[in-house]
Amino acid sequence: MTVGASGGRFLKLWLPLGVSLIFTLFPFYWMAMTSLKTNQELYSRKLNPLIAHNPTLKHYVDLLTETSFLEWTWNTFIVAVLSTAISLIFGAMLAYPLARIRFAGAALVSFAIAATYLVPQPLLFVPLADIINKLGLGDTLTSVILTYPTLLIPFCAWLLLGYFRTVPTELEDAARIDGASRLQTLIKIVLPLCGPGFISAGIFAFTLAQNEFLYALIFLTKTEVRTVPVGAIAELVRGDVFYWGQLMAAALLGSIPVAIIYSFFVEHYVAGLTAGSVKG
Amino acid sequence: MTAETLASAAAHRRPAFSLGRWLERPGVFSWLMVGPPVLFLLLLVGYPFFYGIWLSLLDRPVASEGRFIGLGNYIADWNNPVFWQVVLNTFVYTAVATVLKMIGGLGLALVMNQDFAFKNLTRAMLLLPFIVPTVLSTIAWQWIFDPAFSVINWSMVALGLVDPPGPSWLGNPHLAMASLIIVNVWRGLPFYAITLLAGLQTISPELYEAATIDGASAWTRFRYVTLPLMKPIIFIVTMFSIIFTFADFQLIYVLTHGGPANSTHVLATYAFDIAMLGGQFGQGASIALTMVPALAFLILALALYLRPEKT
Repeated sequence: MTVGASGGRFLKLWLPLGVSLIFTLFPFYWMAMTSLKTNQELYSRKLNPLIAHNPTLKHYVDLLTETSFLEWTWNTFIVAVLSTAISLIFGAMLAYPLARIRFAGAALVSFAIAATYLVPQPLLFVPLADIINKLGLGDTLTSVILTYPTLLIPFCAWLLLGYFRTVPTELEDAARIDGASRLQTLIKIVLPLCGPGFISAGIFAFTLAQNEFLYALIFLTKTEVRTVPVGAIAELVRGDVFYWGQLMAAALLGSIPVAIIYSFFVEHYVAGLTAGSVKG
Repeated sequence: MTAETLASAAAHRRPAFSLGRWLERPGVFSWLMVGPPVLFLLLLVGYPFFYGIWLSLLDRPVASEGRFIGLGNYIADWNNPVFWQVVLNTFVYTAVATVLKMIGGLGLALVMNQDFAFKNLTRAMLLLPFIVPTVLSTIAWQWIFDPAFSVINWSMVALGLVDPPGPSWLGNPHLAMASLIIVNVWRGLPFYAITLLAGLQTISPELYEAATIDGASAWTRFRYVTLPLMKPIIFIVTMFSIIFTFADFQLIYVLTHGGPANSTHVLATYAFDIAMLGGQFGQGASIALTMVPALAFLILALALYLRPEKT
């Protein structure tokens, strides 16, 4: 009986879970191993490739000293922070009236937000490339700081809307009766109660902004303005030569900041991820 | 409500215009709030969309004025066999990857819905592929699929499954498409699993208990309790996934760049090549816009379903 039960648990839980975890984590393990190998070892067919036999940090040193990786990291950070800030502010401005006030045009605005959320970048990149060029914003971080919020605002608005609705209306009514204006009520009563909402939306927006590739690829063509994903693709592959050690070091270093931030806020992240879909 | 009535009563008593009171009116306050972001989105999403339609009607090599040619670009697409191959690739990629993610994600969610040690840690690790920048993880996959030093091939040769050098993952058209789908599933599966898991956790255990007392088997409980209750969330997650898989760009751009011989080009990467590498803005815009009919259908369905207004 006990044998059967634990055997069932093995088949129903540990086996599928183990397979999923290996499938999920192996590419990260492979990144780490590759980045620690000497070039000689990387291109050897004889040695077992699954472990680094003579681990070295050479690829990391080269990446940090011979390429603009640190500059790309800084650019990515600035872009992610600013576009997240813009998205949170605009998102809150959209969400609060939709959550609390009946006004003409509300249905149209909310439909537009949902539709914007779902318009993928490939639909807009050709005209946007032309517009950015005409505005003279090519090869500036401004080009992506302005365009990323279009991808992030709808999501932030949607998430914050849910949080605004959880604030008891009695609190707001009391503040209004005491003479507070609508704006004061929002800033002094509602916003402080919605901290977790802003963290969820902010984390989600931040990781999306760090992840973005298409607009960055098109708008940023100079080394000094590139973000990590574009820099890695465009400059660590020279001609047909892939610098695998450096590429893997860059992939790992580029992933770590996101992974660390995410590990602190994983509950918020999951809340953000599931907020929209679980609501229905 | 009370405050609004008071405010309007006060306004009636004293007809003199007061800016403060005017700003408190629901419509005025609301539009002052939503106005700036709506304008922002109109300028950077609405305008580019319609400008893209106009561009698609021009013969416009890069850095030139452009000449109106009506539906010329669309007619050229229609008569271009590569375009039709790209459309087919896009549908195959989307359909196969979505089905695999849906089945795998539901399976993993059911597995995760049991009690076990380190559950939160496991969940956090399973979400990693979805968190890290796709381009960077795709570079790792490219190395995993490397023609000469693929670790998959090394393992298969070591286990005696194939003769060296083993399959050329990205060099063979069918295997290249399969490789793309594997990476897409790797990246997207956690989103399915974790979202569906959140849905599973909202199902009351009492329902299962009642079903078990009535003698329902595990399969019956799944079929008649779990599935019906999960239908809305499965619907939303799947629609999301279809939209973003259909318009996927970065994964394909990095892993195969549409090759070999266009066998993995999808509409997004093909439009990019024509517009950005070929410098044909009008033609590229027309290719990107051919995504619209399929996308519009999905987006409309989802947008109606998800309107924030709806509670």
